[in-house]
Amino acid sequence: MILGRVVGNVVATQKNDRYEGSRVMIVEPIGLEGERSGAEFLALDSVDSGPGDVVLVVREGWAASTAATGRPQAAIDSAIIGVVDHIDFE
Amino acid sequence: MHLARVIGTVVATAKYEALVGHKLLVIQPLDARRNHDGRPVIAVDSVGAGVGEVVMWCRGKESSFPFLPRNTPTDCTIVGIVDTIHLEEVTQ
Repeated sequence: MILGRVVGNVVATQKNDRYEGSRVMIVEPIGLEGERSGAEFLALDSVDSGPGDVVLVVREGWAASTAATGRPQAAIDSAIIGVVDHIDFE
Repeated sequence: MHLARVIGTVVATAKYEALVGHKLLVIQPLDARRNHDGRPVIAVDSVGAGVGEVVMWCRGKESSFPFLPRNTPTDCTIVGIVDTIHLEEVTQ
């Protein structure tokens, strides 16, 4: 899992039918201090996240398909599976 | 998944049987501001995309799932045609 920040979303009318009912969010990966750490990518939302949210993202197909659609074997490689409230360090 | 623009088509007469009937497209990966993001790759189309369109695409084993129950050897598949990209100015 990685941390990311939601920076937008994408609308696509014509798409794979397993994408129906989920929003496609634009996520930029971030480090532990909230700094951008790479190029943005697309992830299906399973937790009703919104722009500005720091989120937990899985970038693996089984986990992403299951989270976003309730079952595996969809053409989905990334999904948002949590909205982070805060991170504590020891 | 990532964004890309379709910039061409690939014709391959001799190909693995499960790929017969599928469109092979050249896509240029894009970032959210539609700037080029990496080198072009070849993707199998699953949604009827065409040259010039902005699409979203998936990579890895998951790319073959739209074609189940047929086991189609692809590691890169177009899964949607993008109508609009909404980008917000988010402060850290």
